[in-house]
Amino acid sequence: MNHTVIEKIFRRHSKEDIKPGSIVWISLDVVSARDFGGPNVVKNYRKTYKDSRVFDQEKVFFTFDLTVPPKTIQYANNQQVCREFAREQGIKVFDVDQGIGTHTFMEEGFSLPGTIVVGTDSHMNILGAVNCFGQGMGDVDIAFGFRFGRTWFEVPETVKVIVKGNPRSDFSAKDLTLKILGVLKTDKLLGKAVEFYGEAVESLDLSGRITMLSMITEMGGISGFIPFNLGTREEIKKLNGLDDIPEEVRADENATYSEIIEIDISDIEALAAEPPYPHNVKKLSQIGKVKVDFGFIGSCTNGRIEDIEIAWNILKGRHIAPGVRLAVVPATRKVYAEAMERGMLQDLFKAGAIISNPGCGGCAQGHIGMTGKGEVMISTGNRNFPGKQGDGKNYLASPEIVAHSVLNGYLSGELN
Amino acid sequence: MKEYTFSGRTWVITGKNNEIIPDIDTDQIFHNAYLHITEIEKMGQYTFDNLEGWKDFSTKAKPGDIMIAGSNFGSGSSRQQAVDCFRALGVKVIIAVSFGAIYKRNAINSGFPILMFADAERIISEKKIKNLDKVKIDLSTGKLTKVESGETFSLMPFSKVQKDIYDSGSLLNI
Repeated sequence: MNHTVIEKIFRRHSKEDIKPGSIVWISLDVVSARDFGGPNVVKNYRKTYKDSRVFDQEKVFFTFDLTVPPKTIQYANNQQVCREFAREQGIKVFDVDQGIGTHTFMEEGFSLPGTIVVGTDSHMNILGAVNCFGQGMGDVDIAFGFRFGRTWFEVPETVKVIVKGNPRSDFSAKDLTLKILGVLKTDKLLGKAVEFYGEAVESLDLSGRITMLSMITEMGGISGFIPFNLGTREEIKKLNGLDDIPEEVRADENATYSEIIEIDISDIEALAAEPPYPHNVKKLSQIGKVKVDFGFIGSCTNGRIEDIEIAWNILKGRHIAPGVRLAVVPATRKVYAEAMERGMLQDLFKAGAIISNPGCGGCAQGHIGMTGKGEVMISTGNRNFPGKQGDGKNYLASPEIVAHSVLNGYLSGELN
Repeated sequence: MKEYTFSGRTWVITGKNNEIIPDIDTDQIFHNAYLHITEIEKMGQYTFDNLEGWKDFSTKAKPGDIMIAGSNFGSGSSRQQAVDCFRALGVKVIIAVSFGAIYKRNAINSGFPILMFADAERIISEKKIKNLDKVKIDLSTGKLTKVESGETFSLMPFSKVQKDIYDSGSLLNI
């Protein structure tokens, strides 16, 4: 056999011949919708399938993570449309208190190695961190998935990326992600799957893998995978509390790749993505002393307890610079609880942070606020397109850099 | 039988220096401020209202128009509104160098015609096709014809799945 990871996952979910470029029907293990997209999934579903039952009540979910709790009547109405549908159909809603849907799926054991999970979230491919194929889809796609538990897919080609250079302890998963994004930009992986190899990526812990694989979207790719290291399986089991999980799907030794790209990271240093594009990656030292107004720590890319812990270690016992705001948004309730129990939230609060309930935070005019014209935001998020986080400029970087920047009052990778 | 040929005015989504703009993401097409909107007929007015130079697109576009965009068009979020807003304005076909993966699915699955035009960047920079040119497009052959000069260009025609879904109107009718 000569299949890549995604091809092997497809083979488990399809009776058809799986080869890049062919269009095949695949079965879906989980089909979900969020508070954005969800209301139109319901609308499409009711219009087309009337009172028919969803394909499997145990495999269909709503996850409200964007406008949580709803800040306008329209959002409240939209969420209620989903809740009512869920009650009629007997399907579960992870409601506005829960946090980010993809992270909830990992924590609750709904995304497991070798499975396929889809939803109305363009960062579903985060689930690659647990060796699950996650795919974001629009409301027509998901309505069909709700009803039939399957969809068509063009089998993507896979690119193999070999990351060369010794991993150093002084760079973060986000620096590594930005480094790779800066090289691959948006054209190398467009419409393709990717597998990463090399010590620097394979040594990442689960939270680092989430960071890395979440930004495949910003690289234009479909989904990414990193072979598990000796600890990954245990980390996943610890997270979802299951006694056992399926074996990881690994690529065959002679798998066929559309391209093999080597990226040397030995010159890596603190990096940030300059607006208006995530792939506009620069060394902090090149960007210079940019004054910051607002820092954000959270998002599906950097909202795990490990990310908050990094910021906490830098911020505790200190206070953010005068005139600067900092928002911290844990990815999920579970992350929030741990941050609270370990005293992180208290220290971050004392350091001057605004701490909010779990969720996406900023990405969709979220509840944590945006920037005004002329302001500069430094964020651990994944997108800095014009207007995405407000009228201001938005730099993307690691939790370390955000923490240092809000303390110093300007973009920086270390304490002044 | 669904329509396979369309004639209309073109909109070439160019930026500074008249270069076609790459990587236009869904927040520039249909900003997240309007994601609470679920009725297609209300979506048109917000099309491109966060894209510098094109904020008045909804007032300029007319039913029947054909749009030509750059590479990775519609990257970013999974929002269907970024496809539906063009439908609301009556735009008939979207042509792009390439599409964001989710955007491509969303257009195909909702039966909205999109075609890939690998050579668009060069054609546009050489001004062979400009705004408001009258063109004819055949979805099944991928042939784009400039009505005035008769000049033709080759685009990637519909794929099989795209054709099947287009013929049914939507993935939901399959």
